[in-house]
Amino acid sequence: MKNRERSLTIETPEGVVFSYQLATPVTRSLAWAVDAAAIGVASSIAAKVSQAAGLLSPDLANALAIALYFVISIAYGIVLEWRWRGQTLGKRLLGLRVVDAQGLRLQLPQIALRNLLRVLDMLPLLYLVGGIAALVSRKGQRLGDLAANTVVAHERMWLTPDLEQIAPARYNSLLAWPHLAARLRSLASPEAVGMAVEALARRDGYDPAARVELFGELAAYFRSLVEFPEAALEGLTDEQYVRSALRVIYGGAGSASGITVGSHARLTPAK
Amino acid sequence: MIIDLPRFVQAEKPYWDELQRVLETVEAEPARRMPLPEIQRLHYLYERCSADLARLDTFATEPQLRAFLESLVSRAYSEIHETRAPFRIAWKSLALAFPRAFRRHLGAFRLAVAVTLLGCAFGWFIVRQDPQAKAVVMPFPGLMTSPAERVAKEESAKADRYKGVKATFSAELMTNNIRVTLMAMAAGITWGAGTLIVLFFNGVILGAVAADYIAGGQATFLAGWLLPHGSIEIPAILLGGQAGFILAGALIGWGGRTSRSERFRAVAHDLFAIVAGAAVLLVWAGLVEAFISQYHQPVIPYSLKIGFGVCELVALAAFLGWAGRE
Repeated sequence: MKNRERSLTIETPEGVVFSYQLATPVTRSLAWAVDAAAIGVASSIAAKVSQAAGLLSPDLANALAIALYFVISIAYGIVLEWRWRGQTLGKRLLGLRVVDAQGLRLQLPQIALRNLLRVLDMLPLLYLVGGIAALVSRKGQRLGDLAANTVVAHERMWLTPDLEQIAPARYNSLLAWPHLAARLRSLASPEAVGMAVEALARRDGYDPAARVELFGELAAYFRSLVEFPEAALEGLTDEQYVRSALRVIYGGAGSASGITVGSHARLTPAK
Repeated sequence: MIIDLPRFVQAEKPYWDELQRVLETVEAEPARRMPLPEIQRLHYLYERCSADLARLDTFATEPQLRAFLESLVSRAYSEIHETRAPFRIAWKSLALAFPRAFRRHLGAFRLAVAVTLLGCAFGWFIVRQDPQAKAVVMPFPGLMTSPAERVAKEESAKADRYKGVKATFSAELMTNNIRVTLMAMAAGITWGAGTLIVLFFNGVILGAVAADYIAGGQATFLAGWLLPHGSIEIPAILLGGQAGFILAGALIGWGGRTSRSERFRAVAHDLFAIVAGAAVLLVWAGLVEAFISQYHQPVIPYSLKIGFGVCELVALAAFLGWAGRE
């Protein structure tokens, strides 16, 4: 478990690196719970349908119910993951997707194999075998994933923060120094920026003391990246400074890229 | 280092959009053959976007832009670097893929047969040695009576035991047998140990039943009872075992230089073809078992039942041995 990887990095022959964020067993079991419920609903509908056939012959109705339940429970994962390029209902809901471990195209035999090996992963109950395999294996693969050469990854969902809510457009003294603003944009790490966005979104929920301390730390980080002249910082509290910095970081380039994120930045388009 | 990000985005965005459009059409129709100029254009766009992504690496505050480009590059990568032919549902080639896959891995099938025969011999031996062992190796109440008694009962049966439940019985048989076959395949991932156990255990039951009936002088009844469905069902379970051993072979990978993931990749198509073929066979076997096998002389003469079973076996062997040979 020590050397578990949190992301699967693939380097193309062109020397470009892209990565998939691997799903944890917890998220996957939640997705599975949704799928189990979906299978339950589907098979109870099938049972109703086969009851209708019972008007003809009760024997046929029973046979139909047994066969339909079996087909649904086996084909559910295979058909959905095939048609939706690696997603079932549960995976869709939780933003997961099955991808090939080498980053290649996912093929039907792979999908079939990983779903058929479920009979083993489910043993002895509640996916114990598969769960242990997923915890032990480096890429979080259950046995079916190992055999089919697949991993389950998170879909990328980057939502542009609503800047008007957290940092309304006001006079921004930092923008008076465009070269420094550009430097701040290129140096700030995505994680820190994400934290600042979160902090600003929840700022009214904090204790006053904690709020001062938190924004003090964030402001100190941004200040350590780029030193703005005194005149730009005059009269700015730490919180206002963080807000201005975010405005610089997103306002400058984010809007220029003109990319509506969320719908495009998926591994593949939702169809 | 990109100095002017907005200008960079403005200049490159048309290429990103174009790549996205191309990918959407390619992904929508995986089976389409692209003409050469389109392929060249796709490759050019892929390389251009890869280069953009590499340049953007120095620009850490553009998580959305990076994610967008990464997703584009990863999708294009999977289309360009995929060397396996796209999987198409074409019934004829699918039907022929089954016997072809079977013949490619004859060794694994022979191993499955050998393990089952070993189990049969073991079952035969213990029932012959100790008739009391019957209760342990054959956990079915229907088989507990002596063979002669059962034959007498079945042959004099006036009423149809399965009247009104035939279809249900048939569906139960199918699902149960398919489950056993899938298990024999899936258990291959335990380095083959699980497959060995499943096949051996099946063999033990088969051997024990055969020993019991033959010792009781009821060989004709046994053949008439088992052959119509067994000549399909037993090979199908053996095929599941074959798939399990193929999987185990890919996991162990003796003497090869390829990596484990490459070996799994190499057998995925064959495994799928064999398991799907076995499932179809078991549907047939389930129908035969419920509608034909349970009727004995005088309803259906034994010679007819045995002849039917032998014909099935010959047809299956011919299909697996010769269909789609080049």
